Amino acid sequence: MNSKVRVKRSWDFVRQSEITPEEVFQSRRRLIKALGAGSVSESILASRWLSSGLAVGAGMAASPIAHAAFAGSTKIDELPSLSGRRSKWTVIDAPTPFDIAASYNNFYEFGTDKADPYRYAGSLKTHPWKVVVEGECNKPRTFDLDDLKKLAPMEERIYRFRCVEAWSMIVPWIGYPLSALLKAVEPNSKAKYVQFVSLADPKQMPGVKSKVLDWPYREGLRIDEANHELALLTFGQYGKVLPNQSGAPVRMVLPWKYGFKSAKSIVKIILTEKEPSTSWNMSAPREYGFYSNVNPNVDHPRWSQASERKLGEGSLGGLFAPRRKTEMFNGYADSVGWMYTNMDLKVFY
Amino acid sequence: MNSATIRRLAWLLCSLPLVWMVWAALTSNLGGNPVETLEHETGRWALNFVVLSLAVTPIRTLLGLNAIASLRRTFGLFGFAYAFLHVLIYAVLDRGLLWSELLIDLTKRPYIILGTLAFLIALVLAATSPKFAVRKLGGLRWRRVHRLAYCLGPVAVAHFLWLKSGKNLWEQPALYAAVVAALLIWRVFHWLNKSRELSSQSRPSSA
Repeated sequence: MNSKVRVKRSWDFVRQSEITPEEVFQSRRRLIKALGAGSVSESILASRWLSSGLAVGAGMAASPIAHAAFAGSTKIDELPSLSGRRSKWTVIDAPTPFDIAASYNNFYEFGTDKADPYRYAGSLKTHPWKVVVEGECNKPRTFDLDDLKKLAPMEERIYRFRCVEAWSMIVPWIGYPLSALLKAVEPNSKAKYVQFVSLADPKQMPGVKSKVLDWPYREGLRIDEANHELALLTFGQYGKVLPNQSGAPVRMVLPWKYGFKSAKSIVKIILTEKEPSTSWNMSAPREYGFYSNVNPNVDHPRWSQASERKLGEGSLGGLFAPRRKTEMFNGYADSVGWMYTNMDLKVFY
Repeated sequence: MNSATIRRLAWLLCSLPLVWMVWAALTSNLGGNPVETLEHETGRWALNFVVLSLAVTPIRTLLGLNAIASLRRTFGLFGFAYAFLHVLIYAVLDRGLLWSELLIDLTKRPYIILGTLAFLIALVLAATSPKFAVRKLGGLRWRRVHRLAYCLGPVAVAHFLWLKSGKNLWEQPALYAAVVAALLIWRVFHWLNKSRELSSQSRPSSA
């Protein structure tokens, strides 16, 4: 990670182009050399996030997960690997260390504490897994996970990830555009929206017994958003299959929206004519709208969205990470802005 | 055990959470969001010590343990110390000492207003805690000022409750609220009893 960024206590958002990942680049090169064998592209893919983890690791006394503070089980080396070709949809910021991305999650099906998913998601059975795709389409179909994985070529994309709670990460995901799946079921003319339904099994998910949300977790998109190339149907992260706590075995990733829009552990996808209900909107309609695009100019009723803390940045696991300015559509305005041109984003938040 | 030994032991024990936090911070052992973890931990311990401080007098009276009387002050001061760290971490590490951010928080987040109020009350109590302050104020006035401690408990719990209400997490704040309520209700009954005793004593015993 760039030391300039760390030292500067500044309001200025450091643009990705200003971050010169020199040390990252160098350590990547060393790693590729060290790996020697294996196809070059694969090494590049793997090292892209690994090296940044090393760069950060050098500045940290120890990684949080390596300690016994957490009782969970998912370590990155225990996960089967998953590869995808490089994608143009990639930011060059150094990814958040896997330790942090895999131990700091909002996945209320496993509890409301950020470490609960890491502690308890080991009980989730991700195989066998089926995803039902139904509703306004000509070819409704139930996909077996293995078939779903083969539906389109996988890509690795490094996306920004901004939580509505004003923290953010940079995560390398692996998956393919949701549009490929939608194409396969042939949406009809009435298909205006897409709803995602997550698994809600109290036997596997201890958090589902609590009434913190109305289960199952539901999320939704307008059909043009769902077909946008950035909307990634995701099976892996950091070169491996998704760890359970990150929404295994299949989830959505929508980098221009707040994190909660990216439904995890999806079991059903429904094409609808009317705007589908979404869990957080049902829980607190004044606080969470259907769109929930990252927008520094529209505050959450209870806090400002103008800035964010990028987790794991700098020394001591991010203890002194400066606040950064949040960007419109999380920095993806050029790609997604057109979908919202005539909308008052203060009304459609 | 005499009261001085108890106090020394209490100082040691009350410092342990801080020692743990410093160690965990230096070894990157505070989870994915260390600033948030420190905010939560310092806040939780500030609240714990406020509650402990309020519990000293009822326990002393009920169990006749006069040796623990001085712990009320010890716990109170530790409560303030953790609250001070809580505010410091929030303002410096979390908000980067940006006044605009802090002002937005003060207007947007009711629980921050309550937290600020709780901190100001704790500040008054801590500032008037040294012996010379007691002498300067005079016993009666000092005692009146320090009745603020009975406001501090509920305000601090309300701050915590409001924070957790955002996610409908009521269990922990409800527990604190119940304990603080019990400690305050005990005082009301205690005072009522005392004043009844006093008035019965002052009545002329003509019979």
